[in-house]
Amino acid sequence: MTKTPTKSPARIGAKGGLDEATVSAFADHEIVTPKRNLKAFGRKAKIKVDEFGFDMEAIERAEAALADLSSEFEDWMAKEVERLSRARDAVAAEGLHAGTRGTIYIASHDIKGEAATFGYPLAGRVAESLCHLLDGIADDARVPADLVMQHADAIRAIVRENAKGHDHPLAMALSERLGEATTQMLVTINGAPSIAP
Amino acid sequence: MIRIDFNRLRFLVIDDNAHMRRIVRTLLHGFGAREVYEAEDGAAGLEAFTHYMPDIVITDWSMPIFDGLELTSMIRQPGANANPYVAIIMLTGHSEKKRVLESRDAGVTEFLAKPISAKALYQRILNVVVNPRPFIKTKTFFGPDRRRNHGSSYVGPERRKGEKAEMIKVQPLLDKTKSSM
Repeated sequence: MTKTPTKSPARIGAKGGLDEATVSAFADHEIVTPKRNLKAFGRKAKIKVDEFGFDMEAIERAEAALADLSSEFEDWMAKEVERLSRARDAVAAEGLHAGTRGTIYIASHDIKGEAATFGYPLAGRVAESLCHLLDGIADDARVPADLVMQHADAIRAIVRENAKGHDHPLAMALSERLGEATTQMLVTINGAPSIAP
Repeated sequence: MIRIDFNRLRFLVIDDNAHMRRIVRTLLHGFGAREVYEAEDGAAGLEAFTHYMPDIVITDWSMPIFDGLELTSMIRQPGANANPYVAIIMLTGHSEKKRVLESRDAGVTEFLAKPISAKALYQRILNVVVNPRPFIKTKTFFGPDRRRNHGSSYVGPERRKGEKAEMIKVQPLLDKTKSSM
């Protein structure tokens, strides 16, 4: 059953402006249809597409541009690891508190997002495990500082050993073991996770 | 097939990590974009948004001053800025389902989890260009329609009173540009 708006659609926003829209009011909500959308930026063309209809030439150009940039990645990864190492040393010196926790979380979260792009997906996985550990324990006093530092040490070792890709034995062993240790620690502290969806 | 005119789109990339901004900028330029602006935190992002009036905002979640979610909420204020309907792509290392739902409920248009790839970024941009959604305004929400599919297969309760998601047809700007040529 389709019902109609409670009153006629009305126009809002400045005429010709980016905020111009048509509003249809219903009982407990409004549907706002912006006058301007981005369809004008797409046009039909005969292009090389993949199975999903994506413009493969555009994607290949972007991938090539990223490949050109990749000469910088070693240096960038080293800088990210350096930042993580400083955060790790602060944890070692001061223990876990809001300041040290925040700093090491940001450093590991950045590595989680970037490491795969830089060629170190398993370092990214270790960083993900560290974020998971910190996300899972609210109380600073209960966060195991040793396990936090082991994660940072593992990331440093993976990069130092140039353990790129998904199948380097050392990086695989470290990421798997630390992932298990994190899961085990979270279960110990928080109990078994719910299996409900 | 649809080819996106990237050279006419204006992007704003907001991320506190300079490496990530450079990667996103590189990908966008690779697609053909010319106008790519950057900001390094939420406050600078809001200022750049007001100044540059981008067509698409690509923002990180975790940032100093205020984060990407707060930035989205500030942009999605009808009447408070010139373009509350701007397309917002949340590009973040957070990939948990609850984060995706939080983003959606703040008014984010598309969600993209890091690590980034050219294809995934292209797909999100294609979606905001080709499939614009109307906006829904309630007492607690303002943002792109969270119901992406309006098919008849939905069997759950109808939570919106008074209608079954009647959509107002948008006049595609593509047609307008064609007729004016």
